[in-house]
Amino acid sequence: MKIIVLAKHAADPESEIHVGSDGKSVDERGLIFDINDWDRYAIEEAIRLKEAHGGEVVVVGVGSKCEDTLRKCLAMGADRAIKIPVDTGLDSYQTAEVVKEAIKDENFDLILTGLMSQDYNNALTGIILAGMLNIPFATAVTEIKVEDGRIAAKRELEGGLSEEVTLPVPCLLTIQSGINEPRYVSIMGIKRAKTKELREVSVSPATKSLEVEKMYLPPVKKADMITGSADEVAEKLIEIFKERGLL
Amino acid sequence: MRVFAVAEHRRGELNPISIELLNLANSIKGDGTSEAIVIGSDVSAYAEELAKYADKVWKIEDESLAEYNPELYVDVLMQLFSKEKPDIVLVGNTAMGSEFAPYLASKLNAPVVTDAVGVDVSNGIKVSRYIFQGKLMVDVLLREADTYVITIRQGVFKEEQEASGGIVDAGIKPSVTPSRQFVGFVEPEVGEVDISQADIIVSVGRGIEDASNIELAEELASLLGGVVAGSRPVIDNGWLPKDRQVGISGKTVKPKLYLALGISGAFQHIMGMKDSELIIAVNKDPEAPIFGVAHYGVVGDIFEIVPELVEKLREAKG
Ligand SMILES: Cc1cc2nc3c(=O)[nH]c(=O)nc-3n(C[C@H](O)[C@H](O)[C@H](O)COP(=O)(O)OP(=O)(O)OC[C@H]3O[C@@H](n4cnc5c(N)ncnc54)[C@H](O)[C@@H]3O)c2cc1C
Repeated sequence: MKIIVLAKHAADPESEIHVGSDGKSVDERGLIFDINDWDRYAIEEAIRLKEAHGGEVVVVGVGSKCEDTLRKCLAMGADRAIKIPVDTGLDSYQTAEVVKEAIKDENFDLILTGLMSQDYNNALTGIILAGMLNIPFATAVTEIKVEDGRIAAKRELEGGLSEEVTLPVPCLLTIQSGINEPRYVSIMGIKRAKTKELREVSVSPATKSLEVEKMYLPPVKKADMITGSADEVAEKLIEIFKERGLL
Repeated sequence: MRVFAVAEHRRGELNPISIELLNLANSIKGDGTSEAIVIGSDVSAYAEELAKYADKVWKIEDESLAEYNPELYVDVLMQLFSKEKPDIVLVGNTAMGSEFAPYLASKLNAPVVTDAVGVDVSNGIKVSRYIFQGKLMVDVLLREADTYVITIRQGVFKEEQEASGGIVDAGIKPSVTPSRQFVGFVEPEVGEVDISQADIIVSVGRGIEDASNIELAEELASLLGGVVAGSRPVIDNGWLPKDRQVGISGKTVKPKLYLALGISGAFQHIMGMKDSELIIAVNKDPEAPIFGVAHYGVVGDIFEIVPELVEKLREAKG
């Protein structure tokens, strides 16, 4: 089975997030980049499918700085990587468009992507790509089985409920967190993977579907803040518990 | 403007997001119309409910539409939209809507935005949404197009505007055999503790760092007479069983006390606990969105606060 995985080099929402001076972008200072958390599960799943059924795993990254993430995927067990050095920002149409172009000669059976990216949270690229390629798809997948040439996938719905669906190949699945336990790779492992192929493909998007007008901090209704030393805070919390009859 | 809203239902129940989509449609339609679309095998009851909030309700009925299937949904919607031209198509940002809407958009060649919390049509189409898991917001201006597809966050457009629309059978049948097949629903696993019944919940997030630290939360919970629950990463990492997950894809809880320890407060988590009677959050990040729903907040390290709290509670109990 030939599997393509999309992996994004994405800013961690737990790093320092500030609006840039133009008011339309995120200030790069303070941001920590790594493989998008959902894509970590997708690459792991692809490698497991390959280990069980044979085949090849090709990882595709979009972005001028995505190399570290591609190398990490190679170290985890992907066979080769394709880098598309364009920055598409929030415009998922552009991301899908360049990926479609870059993989047009790859005869894939399956495309896996993360459910969404941890930075822009669009959850769009994979689905738009499936639309452009005219292939069946399923999102928020938490289990994959290969049965008689079809893919059986469990999809997460709301409130703990899931649905089971089957799809023919080729198809595209977006992966929900928790589907597996992604393997750890060491810095040494990443260095060793340097010999694996990482090919750059230059394609640029022809269309633009949106423009960022403004980025800003969300308005928050603030909680009553309890301050003081740990000791004082614990004291005050116990008072609140007592007031509420919780103790 | 003609604003269409695709209603959602599952297992005999209309999802309230369907009405919220119509609330938004009514507020942006100007001198146009709000039109609901409801797809299924027998949708009359839903159509009647939707008609109270829409200028028109389109029914698309067929045996093969009994269960949601994205290929069939997109097929019948494309048939409807080839005759009835929408300016904006609104869809719930749910497990169902967030799946088929982008596919529909790609077929309509329509700009698409997901998880919107604001839609402004006064000067082009401008959509507001959260990014970075609730840490920032962005306003995006969509390129000019015939049709736009926007998925809407649940619980935002609650203000109802009554209408009294007519119900029309669109007379549309699926024109394709779907390659994706629905097999069945898989029920959630049931464990020993039902967190939705607990009065006191000590809930831990990724900030708890390791399985071995769950014990600390267990200790606090037992002193308070409560149970331990967690955010999704805690469950994904296997530190707590799945039935302890609070949030949109876990359980909804309304305890007397919800103590959130090292939880950032992503929307998907908040949806599962925001109606708790008393919410107290401890987080080392003063900007954590959890402080937006908490009644009391502590900016601090849970590994300093919780042991202190445990000790004091022990003393108090003697
Ligand atoms: C379709 C979908 C469904 C989802 N369903 C759910 C769901 O049902 N439930 C759910 O919870 N999530 C759900 N999520 C995931 C959600 O988007 C967030 O990723 C998740 O809630 C984050 O969990 P967290 O707050 O524990 O982790 P993080 O966002 O990583 O936050 C950890 C927090 O801990 C704080 N912290 C770290 N160390 C300490 C310390 N020592 N002391 C104090 N504070 C500390 C940090 O400041 C940070 O705020 C879903 C996502 C999607 C896309």
